[in-house]
Amino acid sequence: MAKQSGSNKSRLYVPEPPFRPGDTPDYSHISVPAAHSPVRPDPLCDADETRPHATSLIRVMRFNGETQGDWVPEVSPEMLRRALRDIAMTRAMDERMFTMQRQGKMSFYMKSTGEEAVSVGHALALQDTDMVFPTYRQQGILINRGASMKEMMCQCLSNSGDPLDGKSIPVLYSFKKHGFFSISGNLGTQLIQGVGWAMASAYKNSDEIASVFTGEGATAEGDFHYALNFASTYRAPCIINVVNNQWAISSFQGIAAGEGETFAARGTGYGLATLRVDGNDVLAVYAATKWAAERARNGGGATLIEHFTYRKAGHSTSDDPSKYRPENEPEVWPFGDPLERLKLHLFHIGEWDEDRHTVLLDECKKIVRETYKSAEAMGNLSGETQVNDYTMFEQVYEHALPHLDEQKRMFTKELD
Amino acid sequence: MNMIEAIRDALDVKMSQDSDVLVFGEDVGYFGGVFRATAGLQETHGLHRCFDTPISEGGIVGIAIGMAANGLRPVAEIQFADYIYPAYDQIASEAARLRYRSNGDFTAPITIRTPVGGGIYGGTTHSQSPEALFTHIAGLKTIIPSNPYDAKGMLIDAIEDNDPVLFLEPKRLYNGPFYGDPHAPAKTWRGHELGEVPSGHYTVPIGEARNISEGEDVTILAYGTMVWVAQKVAEDMGIQADIIDLRSLLPLDIEPIEKSVKKTGRCVVLHEATRTSGFGAELAAQVQERCFYALEAPVLRVTGWDTPYPHAQEWAYFPGPKRVGNALRQVMEG
Repeated sequence: MAKQSGSNKSRLYVPEPPFRPGDTPDYSHISVPAAHSPVRPDPLCDADETRPHATSLIRVMRFNGETQGDWVPEVSPEMLRRALRDIAMTRAMDERMFTMQRQGKMSFYMKSTGEEAVSVGHALALQDTDMVFPTYRQQGILINRGASMKEMMCQCLSNSGDPLDGKSIPVLYSFKKHGFFSISGNLGTQLIQGVGWAMASAYKNSDEIASVFTGEGATAEGDFHYALNFASTYRAPCIINVVNNQWAISSFQGIAAGEGETFAARGTGYGLATLRVDGNDVLAVYAATKWAAERARNGGGATLIEHFTYRKAGHSTSDDPSKYRPENEPEVWPFGDPLERLKLHLFHIGEWDEDRHTVLLDECKKIVRETYKSAEAMGNLSGETQVNDYTMFEQVYEHALPHLDEQKRMFTKELD
Repeated sequence: MNMIEAIRDALDVKMSQDSDVLVFGEDVGYFGGVFRATAGLQETHGLHRCFDTPISEGGIVGIAIGMAANGLRPVAEIQFADYIYPAYDQIASEAARLRYRSNGDFTAPITIRTPVGGGIYGGTTHSQSPEALFTHIAGLKTIIPSNPYDAKGMLIDAIEDNDPVLFLEPKRLYNGPFYGDPHAPAKTWRGHELGEVPSGHYTVPIGEARNISEGEDVTILAYGTMVWVAQKVAEDMGIQADIIDLRSLLPLDIEPIEKSVKKTGRCVVLHEATRTSGFGAELAAQVQERCFYALEAPVLRVTGWDTPYPHAQEWAYFPGPKRVGNALRQVMEG
């Protein structure tokens, strides 16, 4: 079978992450730019001017809590405290839901720990009427937009308070009233839909823009490229966000061709504006989103933003990251924690202190605990109070169809 | 009016009535589509309302879903059904399920038009009939007209429907009814009763079959091109056949089918698509479930072979008059 090697020097190359379980992870080779470059161009600049931004990293907050550089946004201390609270609340909710899943209260859960600043910073910079096409790790947007945490929890519990009547697995929320599109479990599919939504918005001369999300892993799907292509072709007023949290379940970002080039740089070939931002820096995320939203609203078309962050938790409750990466990797990741970094900044400007922080964290925990209690009072997946089974026949079509009515009767017989 | 003109007329009627209706796809804008179904619509309704898209079927259906979720009524053209597969995920996982998974929070009222079927020497990549891949999808409606009158009314109904609809166009019928003999002089729709297409708005409701002819001898279930093959064969053989043009595959109008088979006791199912797991299997199953004790003979299927659609062997593949006639003879003897 094996042939003698000829002149062809090509060998199949399969990328491997630098560290596996048992290794001592060292990410000192990843440059953490201290200079807080690059410059902030005019939001209506030629897309070409953002070429350097695709390969550098927009940062606003230093690790000591200072801010510096072109991208420092004008934000009030109230807004900063709001961001801090949204991040803390998202984290507290994730913690609680994870624990409850472990106790068998729901089938599944997905945390966003470590990357909450992406959702919260992004949502703060948008209008609440802008339609977000999220992945399953954007719960921070719902928290920021004031969605009912109880409804979110009831959705995860698939109980009688679930607005989706138990039709979807936990975390695949749908909140039209909060500009939060129904989440699909098929990854990448919603990117191009968001572009279509934005095209419709432009067609209607509406001021609203769309913001679509994918992880770095699903940029390998064709849909990502459809989205970039159509967004560029029709100058759709949208923001295309790649949340690069380094891991797609167990596959490191190199498996999605992330070794040689940044994910932001995917936009350059399509003629889109491109920004690459420190996703653990909520002010940088806010500033980049503001820039992209202003560009989209003023006819400049779409921007691709890569949010460079790290998935601290497992992919989901069904995942065990210790099987494929060093256990302490989240701690040594060189970009720190988004909650801690914002806290330090607030300390630095004299708008926050340890006591208030402790009170905030306790308050978030308490709200989450009490909300969960009232949510679980409406049942859980293994308990008594469940959604009505007949609702499975509803909302397949707008109106009932004869064959479904017949199957409903068949189901009724089954119950006898 | 031929079927292309009827389709164009339906689009024109809806675009005139409703500024939310947009039409797009590959080559559909300035040029008017490779089959000319959208000719003149860009000129009449503007560049924003009838435009060209990149060669990206997944992208075409993807933007249609997003536009529909944002309140528009997009009508997307997939140039040939043979090219629809890159859009399958967007149709099956997204358009068809959006209402369900969001419990009615979001919906995708899109219409996807696409030409199907053989008879134009299109070979493997311009002749397929993939309807069964779509009738298997909960949340989607799949319909197929067999004549200009139905084409216009059904397309208008599809655009007005609040669920996603796949509108299949039997391309061999665009210019006239086709009776199965490629060597016979081509017929046009001129002079045909179903080529008389009223102007303005009317609908042919999704979910209603049509009786093409009535008879006591046998029930023939057909749709698209096969409707006319069935009619000609039955006439030539002097068989009094109940020919039912299904028009709507999902939802299926089962009542007239059941009634007819209980009357005739015999049933032949026709389609151009491949045989195994074709829509004919669904029809045969439903007929035997409902009419078993009325049946005088096994339900027979007349279909294309389980091969890709060949080029030079097109008429050996096509379930033409001979194959249909043999089945009718067999079911009449049974």
